[in-house]
Amino acid sequence: MSDAALASRPQVRRGHANRLQEYGVYAAVAALVLFNLVFIPNFMSLGNFRTQLVQVAPIVIVALGMALVIGTEGIDLSVGAVMALAAALIPLYLGYGLVPALAMALTAGLVAGVCNGLLVAYVGIQPIIATLALLVGGRGLALVMAHGQLVDIHNPALLNLGSGDLLGVPISVVIAAVPAALTGLLIRRTALGRRIVAIGGNRSASALSGLPVRRVLVTVYAICGLFAALAGVLATARLGAGDPADTGILMELSAITAVVVGGTPLSGGRVRVAGTVAGALLMQLVYATLIKHNLPDSSAQMVQAAIIVVAVYVSRERSGR
Amino acid sequence: MDEPVLEVVEVSKEFPGVRALDRVSFRLRPGEVHALVGENGAGKSTLIKVLTGVHRPDGGRLLRDGRPVVFGTPIQAQRAGISTIYQEVNLVPLMSIAQNVFLGREPRGPLGLISRSRMHAMAADLLAGYGVTEDVRRPLGSLGVGAQQMVALARAVSVDARVVIMDEPTSSLEPREVETLFEVIGRLHRQGIAILYVSHRLDELYRICDRVTVLRDGKLVHTGPLADLDRLALVSMMLGREIGDVRDHGVTGFGEDGHAAAETLLRAEDLVSRHRLAGVSVTVRAGEIVGLAGLLGSGRSETARAIFGALPLDSGAVVLAGKTVRTGSTSAAISAGMAMLAEDRKADGIIPNLSVRENIVLAALPRLSRYGLVSRAKQDKIVDIFVERLRIKISSPEQKVSELSGGNQQKVLLARWLCTRPTVMLLDEPTRGIDVGAKAEVRKLIDELAAEGMGVLLISSDMEELIEGADRLMVLRDGAIVGDLRGDQVTEGNVLAALAHHEGDADE
Repeated sequence: MSDAALASRPQVRRGHANRLQEYGVYAAVAALVLFNLVFIPNFMSLGNFRTQLVQVAPIVIVALGMALVIGTEGIDLSVGAVMALAAALIPLYLGYGLVPALAMALTAGLVAGVCNGLLVAYVGIQPIIATLALLVGGRGLALVMAHGQLVDIHNPALLNLGSGDLLGVPISVVIAAVPAALTGLLIRRTALGRRIVAIGGNRSASALSGLPVRRVLVTVYAICGLFAALAGVLATARLGAGDPADTGILMELSAITAVVVGGTPLSGGRVRVAGTVAGALLMQLVYATLIKHNLPDSSAQMVQAAIIVVAVYVSRERSGR
Repeated sequence: MDEPVLEVVEVSKEFPGVRALDRVSFRLRPGEVHALVGENGAGKSTLIKVLTGVHRPDGGRLLRDGRPVVFGTPIQAQRAGISTIYQEVNLVPLMSIAQNVFLGREPRGPLGLISRSRMHAMAADLLAGYGVTEDVRRPLGSLGVGAQQMVALARAVSVDARVVIMDEPTSSLEPREVETLFEVIGRLHRQGIAILYVSHRLDELYRICDRVTVLRDGKLVHTGPLADLDRLALVSMMLGREIGDVRDHGVTGFGEDGHAAAETLLRAEDLVSRHRLAGVSVTVRAGEIVGLAGLLGSGRSETARAIFGALPLDSGAVVLAGKTVRTGSTSAAISAGMAMLAEDRKADGIIPNLSVRENIVLAALPRLSRYGLVSRAKQDKIVDIFVERLRIKISSPEQKVSELSGGNQQKVLLARWLCTRPTVMLLDEPTRGIDVGAKAEVRKLIDELAAEGMGVLLISSDMEELIEGADRLMVLRDGAIVGDLRGDQVTEGNVLAALAHHEGDADE
C-alpha cells in the first residue's frame, strides 16, 4: 500500500495538467474564434470561414493518419511525398476518367504505406528512417512520372472536388469529415483501434498477449499512406493542376504539429482524433489571425513554434511517467 | 596477508522504499578472484554501481589501497584503477577493434595526430594474449559476442586496472571462449590484479574463485574463503534457508503422485535454445501445479517463455492436449490454450496508459468482437465478472491500470489471461513485489484454478511458495533439469540438494 501513498501527491498536480492536456486545444480554438469575432470585422464572414476550412481539410486528413502512426510510437515522414505521388498520378490517368485516376492515386498511397509498414514491422528499421527514405524517393519518383512539369487539369468533376459545394458545405470539408469519423470509430470501437494504442503503450506486453503486432503496424502505415494520397487528391483538385514539385511540401511537419498540439503524446499509447482535428484548426486559425493583423509570415511561424513548445510541455507530464 | 586493494566499509544505499545495501563490508585483496553472489534483489548490482561511481553511497566508505576515495562519476572510478566488464558489451560496434581498445587514449604520432599504424600494432599485440587474432581494423561488430567480450576485457585491463569487476561475463560465451576467459583470469591473478567475479554458475565459482561474498536482501551474509563452504552451504546462504538434515545424494525414484491418473495437458520436449536452455523437458497434467525451482539464471523464465513461444528455440517440441503447438509464436500458444503471466509486470505485462477494462480484455479481443467492432456490453460483463472474482480493488473499470497497486495490477493481468479460458497457465513469479494480502489471494486463486482442472506451471524465487504450492517440482540448473521431485520428496532439503548437486558426484 506504500505505492498508493507515494502516488497520491503527484496525482493532484497531474489532475490540472491532465485537464489542460485534455481540453487545452479546444479552449484555445474557442478563445481564438472569440477573439477574432470581437476584434476583426468580417472574420467570421461566410467567405473567410469557408476559406479557412478548405485550407485546413488536407492537413486534417493527413494528420489523422499521422495520429494513428504516432499512437504506435512511430512517425511517418513520407506523407508529403505521397501527396506528390498522387498529384503526379492523377493527370496521368485522368484520360481514363475520374474514377480510374482516383483509384490509381489512392492505390499508390496504400502501396507506399504498406512499404513503410513492412520496413518498420518486419525489417525492423526505425520509423523515422524507414519513412525518410520515401520522403526523399517518393517525391523524386513523382517528379519523374510528371517529367518535372506542372500539368493543368480540366476535368470538371475533379475541379468540383476542390471548389464545389454539397448542401452549402465545401466538398473537401465533407470529404475530410469522412476519415475523421472513421478514425474516431476505429480508435473507440474496433479491436484494431484498441490494439493500436496497446502496441504504442507497451509493445512487448502486447506481443506477449498474442496481439498481431506486425500486422497492426503494417495496417496503420497503410492507412496513413491512403489518407495522405486522399489529401493529395484534394490539394490537386483545389489547385486545378497536378504539381508534384510543390504539393505536400512540409506537410509532414504540419501534420505532426496538429497531432502533437491536439494532445496525442509522441511516446505513443494514445490517439486523440478530435484533438487532432482541433489541433489542425488551431494552427490554421493562429496563422490566419496573425496574417489578418498584418504580421509578416516570419512572425506567424514563430508564434506557431511557441504553440508547439507549449503543447509538448503540457504532454510531457504523461510521457515522463 | 596482503593489504586490501579495495575495501568496502559499512556501505549503505537507499532508494525510495528500498534499502538496497545495508552496511555491507568486504575486502578485495590483490591477485584474488573474489566471487560476489546473491539472488534477485540481493544488492549485487547496486554494490557494483557504488564501486564504479554510478551510484553514490548514502553511508559508509570506500578505501582504495587504504586511502578513502569518493567516486562521483564512473570516470573517477576508472582513474582509480577500477574497470568493469558488463554483461552486455558496451563498446562501439561500428568502430574498428583497435579504435575500441584505445578509445579516448589513442597512441599519438608526430604533430599529436593519432598514429593508426602504431595503434593497430599495439592492439594486435595486446589482443593476441586474449585469443583474438582477427584483423584489428575490422569493425568490432563483426566479431562474435565472445570475442567482443575479450576486446572489452583487454581494454579494461590495459587502462592500468588494479581491480576488474566482471558482471556475469560467461552468460553469452561458448565453452571454448569460457576457457580462454579463465586463462586470462589466471594471468591477471598472477599479475596481482584483483577480480570481483559475479556469476550464478556454481561450477565456475568453485573453479576459479578464491573467496566469496554472499549478499541477501541488501545485507552481507558471509564473506570468506570459498573452499570453506560446500555448495549446499553456499546455496542455503544465497536463498536464506536452513540446511537442516539434507540428504546429500541424488533425488530420484518415485514418490506418491496424486495426479498420475490425470491426463497430460502440456508436454514440452527437449527444449534447446543457445546459451539458455540445454534440453528441458516438462510435463503438466490436468489439475496439477508443477513448480520450477532454480537459482537466478538457471533457465526458469526461459523455459516458460520457450513453451509460450516468446523465446526462439533451436530445437524441441511443445504438445498441448495431444496437439503439437507451433513454437516461436505467442499467438499460436494462446490459441492452443496457453497463457503466460510474465515475470516483469511493468515491462511485459501492463499497458500503463490504458484502463483496467482495456487491460483485461486485451488478449480476448477477437472473442469479444464481431466484424472488427468490439462489443462494449460483452467487455463490461467479462470485466465485472473478473473484478469480482479476483477482488480487484478499483474505483471504476475506467481507472488507469498504472494507478493501481502492484497486487491489483497482477490481478488485472491474471484476469486478462483467465478471460482467454486457458487450459494451461504459465505463471512466472506471480507474487513478486505484491503485498502480503494480495499474495495470499493470488496463491489461493492458483489452487482454485488447479482444482478446476487447469494445469499450472509455477515459477517462484520464494522457496516456501514453491514447496507449499506445487504438487511436483522440477529443479533447473544451467538450463537443464537436475531434479524431479514428487509428493513426499518435495522438501526444502531435496531442492537445495538438487540445486547444489555437483556434476562430479552425479548419480543421475
